[in-house]
Amino acid sequence: MTHIAIADQEPHLHHPKTFIGKYIWSQDHKVIAIQYASTAIFVGLVALLLSVLMRLQLGYPETFEFINPNVYLQYVTMHGMIMVIYLLTALLLGGFGNYLIPLMVGTRDMVFPYLNMLSYWFYLLSVIILMASFFVPGGPTGAGWTLYPPQAITEGTPGAGVGIIMMLASLAVFIVAFTMGGLNYVTTILQARTRGMTLMRMPLSIWGIFIATVLGLFAFPALLVSAIMMLFDTVVGTSFFMPAILSLGEPLQHEGGSPILFQHLFWFFGHPEVYIVALPAFGMVSDVLSVHARKNIFGYRMMVWAIVIIGGLSFVVWAHHMYVSGMNPYFGFFFATTTLIIAVPTAIKVYNWVLTLWRGDIHLTVPMLFAIGFIFTFTHGGLSGLFLGNVVVDLPLSDTFFVVAHFHMVMGVSPIMVLFAAIYHWFPLISGKQLHTGLGKLHFWGTFLGTYAIYLPMHYLGFLGVPRRYYALGEASFIPESAHALNEDITIAAIIVALFQIVFIINVIWTLRSGPKSERNPWGAASLEWQTPDVPPKHGNWGDELPVVHRWAYDYSVPGVEEDFIPQNVPDSEVPGHPEHPEFKPKDSREED
Amino acid sequence: MTTDSMTSRAQDAKPIGYWQKMVNDWSADKEAFQLSWGKLMMWIFLLSDTFIFSIFLISYMNVRMSTTDEWPLASEVFALHVGSANIPLLLIAIMTFILITSSGTMAMAVNAAYSRNKKLTFWLMVTTALLGASFVGMQAFEWTKLIVEEGVRPWGNPMGAAQFGSSFFMITGFHGMHVTGGVIYLAIVATKVRLGHYDQKGFQIVEITGLYWHFVDLVWVFIFAFFYLW
Repeated sequence: MTHIAIADQEPHLHHPKTFIGKYIWSQDHKVIAIQYASTAIFVGLVALLLSVLMRLQLGYPETFEFINPNVYLQYVTMHGMIMVIYLLTALLLGGFGNYLIPLMVGTRDMVFPYLNMLSYWFYLLSVIILMASFFVPGGPTGAGWTLYPPQAITEGTPGAGVGIIMMLASLAVFIVAFTMGGLNYVTTILQARTRGMTLMRMPLSIWGIFIATVLGLFAFPALLVSAIMMLFDTVVGTSFFMPAILSLGEPLQHEGGSPILFQHLFWFFGHPEVYIVALPAFGMVSDVLSVHARKNIFGYRMMVWAIVIIGGLSFVVWAHHMYVSGMNPYFGFFFATTTLIIAVPTAIKVYNWVLTLWRGDIHLTVPMLFAIGFIFTFTHGGLSGLFLGNVVVDLPLSDTFFVVAHFHMVMGVSPIMVLFAAIYHWFPLISGKQLHTGLGKLHFWGTFLGTYAIYLPMHYLGFLGVPRRYYALGEASFIPESAHALNEDITIAAIIVALFQIVFIINVIWTLRSGPKSERNPWGAASLEWQTPDVPPKHGNWGDELPVVHRWAYDYSVPGVEEDFIPQNVPDSEVPGHPEHPEFKPKDSREED
Repeated sequence: MTTDSMTSRAQDAKPIGYWQKMVNDWSADKEAFQLSWGKLMMWIFLLSDTFIFSIFLISYMNVRMSTTDEWPLASEVFALHVGSANIPLLLIAIMTFILITSSGTMAMAVNAAYSRNKKLTFWLMVTTALLGASFVGMQAFEWTKLIVEEGVRPWGNPMGAAQFGSSFFMITGFHGMHVTGGVIYLAIVATKVRLGHYDQKGFQIVEITGLYWHFVDLVWVFIFAFFYLW
């Protein structure tokens, strides 16, 4: 079958003339990516602020008058939901997915740019609905990010009236946005790769984004359906998830529904969601590690298959979130087994990252620091996951701060570390300017050490049995005085980490305004996105002709070759020192000269 | 490489199995599927939509099992009063027949489109859309009958478990929206075919529309089986 390149379809490429067409209603994947990323980072900052408010309450209970139990629960809920869905999913797939896919696989744009544009505007709409819920009577929902019924929609839970409706509506709109974007990503990767870009030559970033998007397309339907059903329960008065129940002494209208059904549906989405966030991060960190260690990624094929296997397994582990829900115990046995099996491909990935570093020419640049930091935080969070994956160990630890510490290490801090690595790494490509290294290192050490100061003590609190989501601990006999002191320390650490993010924002603003112009390819990366005729790439990415790919993305420090990296679009015959090169001389004859 | 060595190489090559061929195809630099972008995107969308409908149906089965009340008898609830007799499932049988017929006219439209018979394509697509619209109309009739005559509400009904009405209105409503969307989609594409929008690009869009339409029909078969026959 002949190869159909986008170049052959030049007339269809949308060429905007006006400012609004170029930067507002843009169909260019790069502009859409930046729109996605800025919106996501904005809501992320809102969620960061909420987490600081939560910590203030936990560290200094009864100090802040404006934080009452209702408001506290709303902070918890909105912090979780924003971080997981509106920040991480949107930034990793909508932001980096959009930016990197066409550049890394060598196309001029996504296959359906118009749909891609719609995807962003629907995402923005979902964010607006979500933010608007702060200002409705009763405030946003305070049901926890898992939104478990019956409490999510019964009187007494904050935001049980309008708040939960807006949350569910916002999620439904987000899913529509994700589907439009996701169809684009998958089709672009499968069908629009440039000549020579075989699937097994794609950078691991693309593999991670690809599998994560496939997971999203199959997992978000469960969230959509449960959101629709819960909307019916709360608006129309049906009883899908609502059993017969007494509220304030009065029986409610509901009868015969199944709250456990919601938990199954939610986690059928919720667990793949963890990997929707983790897999792009896995991919991008592999690329960053390889570039900055000047070494090819260790075990590329194994890495690809690990991503695929993790993606597949992530659909059969969901009920490990439900060990205390009253499931049949045999279910627990099954899901504990699959959960522990998923540790195998994940461990393979960690070994391969470490082996990529081993005897590499490690440049401790800012992206590299964040990438290495990720290996630490991820290993750490992964190990505590082994505790929680086992039913008997999970039971006493459920709903304690141990769980909070675990998932923040593994899917909070770790993807954020990768996101920072990625932002520092690809910033010269996106803006043509390089972020300030000194400020970047300050940002790294503050964030990395700070997160340990926050989350390590939380494991200990969890072992003590300190429950999560409690507004205040009060005076329970099982909670020693030291736990209260520790909570204070954690709060101080959290505030410091939050302040360190200001360093990052200042760095970005300063660099954009008055930073020096960076080199074309400052890290010496071999992958295709750095080989565009213009950096930052112009509309259409590739100038007159699409690139032809001759090798994988990891040709660093190839023995015998003069340059320490070979870009993907350079054929063997143009690599000085390569046997195919016209001026190549075998080693012996060179010595004779 | 000379022509000689190429031919000898081709002769040496052992016949490769299906599995190996698939691996070779997938690891090549070409498109992973021999499909146009639009068609592949529709397939992936339908796969995602399959998950939505499956989860709807599984949830329905789950609430049907977990509810404490008696589940109403489908053959009585959905009976149509003709003359003096109650004929079970009569209306729904007609609706199903209409929808499956529309799949037939859709397939004929695809065939006509590829033989570039624009007029026939147009009329076959319009027929398909009209059949779809009549399906939605009969569904509206069925809903009205259930709500007005039999007192079925999403939150309860006189015959038994409240979840019967909830699931019924939610799932058939969601499917009805798909059909309605499909009718609009068909109308737009049919008009564009008539106006000659695809004369240059080719008529694959008709087949893509058809994929969606057949999917909606197929989903109906499952809803029919699980809701009306169970």
